[in-house]
Amino acid sequence: MIINVARKELKSVFASPMGWVILSLLMFAFGVQYLNGVNDYFAVMSGAMRPAERTGVTQFVGQSVYGLASFIMLFAVPLLSMRLISEERRSQTLPFLFSAPLSLTELVVGKFFGLVAFLTILVVYIASMLSTLNIWADIDFGFILANSVGLLLMVASFSALGLYFSSMTQQPVIAAILTFIALFALMMLDRFFGSDPSNVLGSLSLTKHFQSFAGGLIDTADIAYFILFTVTFLTLTVRRLDADRLRG
Amino acid sequence: MDNLTVEAIELTRLYGGREAVSNVSFNLTKGEVLGFLGPNGAGKSTTMKMLTGNLAPSHGSVKICGIDMIENPKEAKALIGYLPETRPLYKELTVDEYLAMSARLHRVSSKHIKAAVETAKERCGLGHMSKRLIENLSNGYQQRVGIAQAILHRPMVVILDEPTVGLDPIQIRDIRALIREVGKEHSVIISTHILPEVEMVCDQVQIIDKGKLVFNGSIDVLKRQRVGNKLLVGLHTPPHTDALLSVTGVAEAELLASGLIRVRFEGDVAPSEAIVQAAVHQGWGLYQIGPDQTSLEDVFMQLTYQDQAAIADQAVA
Repeated sequence: MIINVARKELKSVFASPMGWVILSLLMFAFGVQYLNGVNDYFAVMSGAMRPAERTGVTQFVGQSVYGLASFIMLFAVPLLSMRLISEERRSQTLPFLFSAPLSLTELVVGKFFGLVAFLTILVVYIASMLSTLNIWADIDFGFILANSVGLLLMVASFSALGLYFSSMTQQPVIAAILTFIALFALMMLDRFFGSDPSNVLGSLSLTKHFQSFAGGLIDTADIAYFILFTVTFLTLTVRRLDADRLRG
Repeated sequence: MDNLTVEAIELTRLYGGREAVSNVSFNLTKGEVLGFLGPNGAGKSTTMKMLTGNLAPSHGSVKICGIDMIENPKEAKALIGYLPETRPLYKELTVDEYLAMSARLHRVSSKHIKAAVETAKERCGLGHMSKRLIENLSNGYQQRVGIAQAILHRPMVVILDEPTVGLDPIQIRDIRALIREVGKEHSVIISTHILPEVEMVCDQVQIIDKGKLVFNGSIDVLKRQRVGNKLLVGLHTPPHTDALLSVTGVAEAELLASGLIRVRFEGDVAPSEAIVQAAVHQGWGLYQIGPDQTSLEDVFMQLTYQDQAAIADQAVA
């Protein structure tokens, strides 16, 4: 059933121009960044004389593309997640889903996976784009894998948060703004408290947990953080929808 | 017992302390069409939402074919087809896409989806609209898509909230025929405030007012209430009412503004024959005679009014 709900979400995304426009814009942005990365690499490396100054092409280009991706997702995910539930509320299609033989958990998880499946297209696109470097260089696939896993986990967390805010309101725009503010605040935590490793607030930051992936390291602690973050907000969403049924 | 499709047991729903629906109990057996009548805000939709599991009842329970809606919501919901008041349509999809998705969500196996969609479209007269976006359909066709969605997976219980709103007379006739057809195999609950519709389609009627059931019974009972002990007589040269009163069986005669005479009679048999004979003998110029039916509206008013009167009595006592 989860798959059926996810399919329905994907269908809705691609039934409107919104999905296609966002997909093409993001692909364009990442493509440009990739191209610039490759150009810059030659410019910078030709100036780097000592071996210690030299970095691999994967890391150099990868870092710039994944850095941009994690930043752009901050804007893109709220735009995509905003209508997941609020739009259904506004056009009063929720009873259709509530009276189908689905549990609320299946419904919420299905919607979540629908969005994550859409975003996976972008993650796979970036990974395959970077892999084309392999044609004329010997690249580090481990680095790309770690970054892809990290990016996927991060956008999944963004989506869960977006889904929760979408369940709270009838207005998609309000959901998008709230999601963006919340994500931005979580990003900013790193700026203010990131330098102090003992600070609890600093370790709440999503970017901070992405950093180890960005360096090519798959750390279980960070995986656990993203999964916990996602599960928390999905649970909150289920509870929010259940309240609808109880309070009316 | 196993013929019971819907059991509502003492359903009560509170909205912030105010009872929107209180103590509504009823049973529905297979092959019956139940009509839900009531003025605006009486609690029809709230009751339907509780029956379909969209709203949790404050007290009481709902059982669909013996399965409790609160304990086993998934199994119970699988047996229901529901068309809410506002049509739950995804307007960016085409009719085919929407119905296929709806079939998938209602656990129609992938082999049967196509056949189920085709049958539902055919039954609702949507065959030539398959590839159209729902957004571009007219109001009436959108309503048909809503109904198609509710009967698509052949549910045991079909619940339609005001299904004929926004349809043209021909479509209304089609939909009523469809409801009767579906009602033969399954159970149907419809809510409406169009009274003649209830009479045409339903086997059982419930009248709900201010959250309480004021009438629950078969349509025949309601019909019997309609046919009273009055006749309407039309005469070209009406005699004085005393002359009419002299006809055996006539208890009262009253000249109406329309020129007709309303005759109240005693006993069970209408004295139509006696009146006709008297009219012929005395040359009253009879042109019309028939039972004076109180309209369903009157019965409805009576029932809801009686209830209010009863409450007022209670308050006084």
